[in-house]
Amino acid sequence: MGCRMKFAVLILEGPYQHQASDSAYHFTEAALKKGHEITGIFFYNDGVYNTTSLMTPPQDDRHISKRWSELVQKHKIDAIVCIAAAKRRGITESNLAPGSRISGLGQLTELGINADRLITFGD
Amino acid sequence: MADDEIRDEEESSEEKTKFLFIFKRAPHGAIYPYEGLEVILIMAAYEQEITAAFVDDGVYCLKKGQDTTGIGIKEFAKTFKVLEPYGVEHLYADRASLEARGLTEADLITGVEVVEAEEIANVISAQKVILPF
Repeated sequence: MGCRMKFAVLILEGPYQHQASDSAYHFTEAALKKGHEITGIFFYNDGVYNTTSLMTPPQDDRHISKRWSELVQKHKIDAIVCIAAAKRRGITESNLAPGSRISGLGQLTELGINADRLITFGD
Repeated sequence: MADDEIRDEEESSEEKTKFLFIFKRAPHGAIYPYEGLEVILIMAAYEQEITAAFVDDGVYCLKKGQDTTGIGIKEFAKTFKVLEPYGVEHLYADRASLEARGLTEADLITGVEVVEAEEIANVISAQKVILPF
């Protein structure tokens, strides 16, 4: 196996409207499969909407927040939702999907410092 | 003891992570530049090496004398000119992006360095983390 990398993932767009969250999900899955480490996933801008437990998409479509919840819990990935961006958009502890936590931009800074690469998924 | 402290400071300064914020969208039309600026303000407390570059419509973020009362959105662009005390040493504006929009250095807030695209490319190459807004 090649060298094991430490990746951090930053998601800047909400679910469904943009592909960014889907791409980030597929990247995360693929990186894990290749044996790389995902040091954290940070949700910012409209990206925080990916973590609402209130979404109920049609059954024949992917359930984006549920899919993230399952992935981060299975692999014990730190999934962080920016508190300032979340407050603006009505995401609180009470409607936060399982597996994520609300914290500050300092966590994004730490991810940038400690990961080998921080990959941004946005528009 | 004092020597150790000095050495520690020197070591930590060598280990600073280089963060580049690339602003590519006009202010107020979408929240990206505003929330990008908020990241800078928080990140500044971590004393890393922060640079900001403005390209494409992002150069509008640097236009001085903006007045948003007519649109009812907070005028945050003025904050870009007070970033130096936060440890943001360079604000680069892409010359071609300015020219394409009929802007000159005289239209911008103070403290901006107008540079060629090649120089921005060099700045990008030197970073560890790039955050686009």
